Amino acid sequence: MSTPPTTSASFGSARNLAASRSQGPHTSMFLRMLLRAAVLRRGRATSALLAVVVAAAAATAMLTLFVDVQSKLQREFRNFGANIIIVGRDGAPLPADTLPRVESTLTGRGLVAPFAMVVARTGDGQPIVVAGADFDRVRQLDRWWSVDNWPSAPQQALIGVRARSIISSSAAAATSQPFDLSFQGHVIHLRPAGTVQTGAAEDSRIYLSTSDFFAWTGVKPSTIEVAANGSADEVTAIMHQLSQAVPAADVHPVRQIMEGEARVLGKTRSTLVAATVLIILTAALCVLSTLMGWVFDRRRDFAIMKALGASQRLLNGFFAAEAAALGATGAVIGFIVGIGIAAWIGRVNFHAPLEPRFSVLPIVVAVSIAVTLLSAILPISLLRRVQPAVILRGE
Amino acid sequence: MFVRLVYESFRRQKRRKLLAGAAITLGVTVATAMIAVATDIGDKINRELRTIGANLLVTPQEDSLDVEIGGVNLKPPSDGAFLDEADLPKIKSTFWHNNIVGFAPMLPVNVKIERDGQQPDVTLLGTYFAKQLSFGKDNFTTGVRSTHPWWRVSGAWPGDNSRDILIGEKLAGRLGEKSGNELSVSGRQFRVSGILSTGAAEDDQIVAPLAIAQEILGKPGAVRRVYVSALTKPEDALARRDPKSLSGPMYDRWYCSPYPQSIAYQLQEAIPHSHAEQIRQVAQNEGTVLTRIEGLIFLITLAALLASALAVSAAMATAIFERRAEVGLMKALGASKLAVASIFFAEATLLALIGGLVGFAAGGLLARQIGRSIFDSQIGIQPVLLPVVLVVAVLVTFAGSAAAIRRAVQLDPVFALRGEL
Repeated sequence: MSTPPTTSASFGSARNLAASRSQGPHTSMFLRMLLRAAVLRRGRATSALLAVVVAAAAATAMLTLFVDVQSKLQREFRNFGANIIIVGRDGAPLPADTLPRVESTLTGRGLVAPFAMVVARTGDGQPIVVAGADFDRVRQLDRWWSVDNWPSAPQQALIGVRARSIISSSAAAATSQPFDLSFQGHVIHLRPAGTVQTGAAEDSRIYLSTSDFFAWTGVKPSTIEVAANGSADEVTAIMHQLSQAVPAADVHPVRQIMEGEARVLGKTRSTLVAATVLIILTAALCVLSTLMGWVFDRRRDFAIMKALGASQRLLNGFFAAEAAALGATGAVIGFIVGIGIAAWIGRVNFHAPLEPRFSVLPIVVAVSIAVTLLSAILPISLLRRVQPAVILRGE
Repeated sequence: MFVRLVYESFRRQKRRKLLAGAAITLGVTVATAMIAVATDIGDKINRELRTIGANLLVTPQEDSLDVEIGGVNLKPPSDGAFLDEADLPKIKSTFWHNNIVGFAPMLPVNVKIERDGQQPDVTLLGTYFAKQLSFGKDNFTTGVRSTHPWWRVSGAWPGDNSRDILIGEKLAGRLGEKSGNELSVSGRQFRVSGILSTGAAEDDQIVAPLAIAQEILGKPGAVRRVYVSALTKPEDALARRDPKSLSGPMYDRWYCSPYPQSIAYQLQEAIPHSHAEQIRQVAQNEGTVLTRIEGLIFLITLAALLASALAVSAAMATAIFERRAEVGLMKALGASKLAVASIFFAEATLLALIGGLVGFAAGGLLARQIGRSIFDSQIGIQPVLLPVVLVVAVLVTFAGSAAAIRRAVQLDPVFALRGEL
């Protein structure tokens, strides 16, 4: 007679317990267990966290570099000078408004330098190519020009190293004494400012400022060199826009530069991909082995919890939550460290800061949590079939 | 007893040893592959950079000025000095001949195309396409196809001894010529074997085998300039010094470094009456690009080495931590700390050596695979690296185990055996 109420009472109390577990005290107990696990076994928890931090830092640094290195190297390649040339169609001169049109199309996405050229005669009748150039622009666009002194005043000329001999018999006189040039009967009196050496056609020319050149010859620029920034696709797009903006001109790429750039960048990127995959794989395996060891090591906790009546789901949840918390914390710390490493590499190697890419953060966090979860679940599923008593007896 | 302990430990704890060994092997594989890639990347990228074209130019010493606008030479063609074609193979006699990827002689002549009663003036450029040359016992192929890789031909490249020519695409468009046509140039008949596209002055020119240009000019063996494509080392302070001002040993170092300047100097020595100079646009800038990429890969290799060292350490620490009970038992049976530690270190060394050997081989294969798939050429691994890699593997394994071994050894056997702590 007395048994049914007892059973119903114990049933009731069990239900109450279950109900109370699913509320406040349960959650706080859960949190406490998580926290205590980290605090009590500080050494193991720290080493596991360290592994995650290292992996996340390596991944962040590599991903940031991977995105940024492209643009950094593209900038290095712009030192090779123009990648687009604009010339008049079939030798015709460029329309007068070409330069402003090109500049408004480009809107800061690159550098522009116009050149004009004629064949003039020296004092004793020798032919020589004289070019008009905007020196400020040339200085930025053609950085490989080795110039000892750029012209700064009107009527000053920049002499190619091989053109020196034609102006004067001695090299010293060629860089100091004034000389005359004539073009179609017009004579200009020039003073040499310095010499230019490039190892190419520029060495046999004389360069004047655009204003001096136009006042003397009346010839407008016939060539515009453009160094457009960006990836191959962006440069092609710019080229397309330019040929629409100046339909009277012939816009063509400097294939030599564009193809070389594409090849070198492509190979560097592939090498980076290979290195990134290798490094992230190593780091992930490091996390996997450390965490698996850690969880395996705590099989006694696992057994005690099980013996006290924790369900398999609760246990799974506990270890998964622990792993996820570890993964998330490690990923955030690792992200900060990784950005630091990437910035350092950027400063040391490219002398330019690398911008932190926060778009990398969710990827790193997600992958870290995935790896930590995996490395927690694997040992748990192994332990699942084992009786708690066996573990507690230490077998 | 010691040997038996180590042996049994390997025999009975296969899973743990396999895990730790796998971590070491993987770490060494990644490290070896990255070191191989890093040591070879400079050479590989240098070769890729050669697609930008020649970086050195050889001209006659007494050359008069070029009067050239947009690829049209306004100077009488017979004017000025020439180099002798017979001297060109001597380029392969220079100290850095292995670094010379290719060279292409150029001889521009002004010609008249005869068609429909009109006679437009054009430049005909004589050059090598893929010419077979030999110097001593050395046979090699050189020409614009290696020095100017961005030149495209629709049709066929002419043979170097043929009477075939290429026409630049703009000129062909103006003349309405197609490949396979016959063209009369300055009183001679040639077959157009292809249309050339370069994106530069050659698009308006005719390009022909060197012998044809020499025949039209009436100067057999004449060459106006030679483009040389060489693998160079980025310029530094020493490179910019004047060789005449350098003392004996410094001069030797300058001469024996593949700077653009020293290769130019050696070309000048090899070819009589010549002047060689770097083409600064190419030579200067490829140096910077090369330095940047090398630096980047070097830093990344450092990161990879660090990551693999940490992976190995972590795996070792875990492996030892799992064996506290064993340590407790040994200590309870009276083993000294030193004896216990030496067993662990012996095991670590064995693991590191096996893992290092396997990892080195795997890393070599990996590097080879990377080289083949990215650069279409081998990335070799120096056998000299093997002892270095092994020593580093042992050191890293030791470093990784040291802290864990110390803690395991200091543990009170009672706690360890009861499974506490």
